[in-house]
Amino acid sequence: MLELPALGWQSIVIFVVFALSLLIATYCTYAERVIAAFLQDRVGPDRAGPYGLLQPLADAVKMFTKEEFFPGGANKVLFVVGPCLAMITALMSSAVIPFGNTMSFGNNAFFLQGIEVNIGMLWIFGVVSLGVYGVMIGGWASNNKFSLLGAIRAASQNISYELAMGMSLIAVLMISGTLSLREITLQQSVAGEWHAWNIVKQPLGFIIFLVCAFAETNRTPFDLPECETELVGGYHTEYSSMKLGLYLFSEYVNIFVVSAVMSVLYFGGFNFPFQYELRDWFINSQGWELNSAQNLITLLGTVGLFLKIFAFIFFFMWIRWTLPRFRYDQLMRLGWTILIPLAVFNIVLTGALILFGVI
Amino acid sequence: MQLTNRAKVLEKKPMTLAERAYLPAIFQGLSITMRHFFMKKATVRYPEEVRPFSAFFRGLHVLKRDEQGRERCTACGLCAVSCPAEAITMVAGERKKGEEGLYREEKYAISYEINMLRCIFCGLCEEACPKAAIYLQADKMAPPRYERDEFIYGKDRLVEPVSPDERSVRGIQLTPDQAATLRERIV
Repeated sequence: MLELPALGWQSIVIFVVFALSLLIATYCTYAERVIAAFLQDRVGPDRAGPYGLLQPLADAVKMFTKEEFFPGGANKVLFVVGPCLAMITALMSSAVIPFGNTMSFGNNAFFLQGIEVNIGMLWIFGVVSLGVYGVMIGGWASNNKFSLLGAIRAASQNISYELAMGMSLIAVLMISGTLSLREITLQQSVAGEWHAWNIVKQPLGFIIFLVCAFAETNRTPFDLPECETELVGGYHTEYSSMKLGLYLFSEYVNIFVVSAVMSVLYFGGFNFPFQYELRDWFINSQGWELNSAQNLITLLGTVGLFLKIFAFIFFFMWIRWTLPRFRYDQLMRLGWTILIPLAVFNIVLTGALILFGVI
Repeated sequence: MQLTNRAKVLEKKPMTLAERAYLPAIFQGLSITMRHFFMKKATVRYPEEVRPFSAFFRGLHVLKRDEQGRERCTACGLCAVSCPAEAITMVAGERKKGEEGLYREEKYAISYEINMLRCIFCGLCEEACPKAAIYLQADKMAPPRYERDEFIYGKDRLVEPVSPDERSVRGIQLTPDQAATLRERIV
């Protein structure tokens, strides 16, 4: 077996996670178009390669070869920093997501996770809330009133919905008692017990989180920051070429990350039903070693997690092509007068249920 | 003023809790879009798939030959006269000795041109022709082109090929009898 220090394995994992998030984001653009087409009784892009699978490549070539445009009076440095920041923060947040359980080769054991920290959830929240700076700076530096309006909208929307999102998470924290995403995942499936994913204990919290996730990723029905009907293109009105590409791309990376977070927090992460039974069956009936059986289960769990993520990504797109956009006052009312009180109520409810020993 | 009895007076009732919660409406919408996801797609992938033509579609003209491969057209000019768009021009000529295998009658069209930009595909030339020489094919359209003069179709593009196999590819190019029975059926 290849002998690598634990850090070596970990860097491979980080690299793979990085590559995977980019790959998935790339194919999200394709999936979005195909799903949009299917929901509208069309067939979508099918010219580039079999089933149009090379369409993302064609799009990338198009993006790279477009004219790079700087609006007059724009702050050049900030204008470039904006999309970079959006992309960096989007990619950074996937670092703490546990994509799988432990893999062990000989004496080496490592987690299928970029970095295992005991503040994983805080990390994601910090980085995601940094993401609004990318939008904000880009819109501000464009020297365009539409961009500025879009940026301001993005900022106020993200701040409003982050509150409700954070409070819906507190309920999860009260159940789990830890901020580590890996711990939260492991708690959702304990050997010898019923697999109780957090969605069973936190249905209301999940709905609040889901709605806020749509708002945080600027997806329809909350895509006010780039509201084409009012703001031309919102914060990326003045962007062209790959800088625009980075903005669009970071949106898909964000969707991927937030889908992963939802799967981990509420849908058992890399756990799947009957995993312990399956492992024991491999060990007892097939005569496998504990390590290899565990590795297989880990890999299956990773596949399972990605299936959950893809289901969420599909849901995001499904919603986008179903619901129209909110009006801005409706958006604010929903955030402040409905979701936040609901989240507070959810905290109280969870506390009461814990107190009386129901969950 | 009341024009019909279909006018419906709308009552503006306060919304019920379910309506205000918005979620039931969302699920309804989602189910509708999901139904469309599995529906048959309306798209026709054009170059590979062609929308089927009607059996009596009037498309691109063809100048027919007779059973022995001779051109039927005698350049009588009735098609040009009947053409409401004045799209057809021709020059008549006399058949020389030794050309009996090429032209059916003593007179034939030296040149025969249809301007497809003028043509309205009404089919009056087909009806006017006493020699059953010109037909509008049911399976071909005049394709788009870049230059205007490419739309003036001469004999090189109008007369059907000599070999009998190629002359009636899908059996859609109707003989006068078939066309007559078909027209009766439509009426």
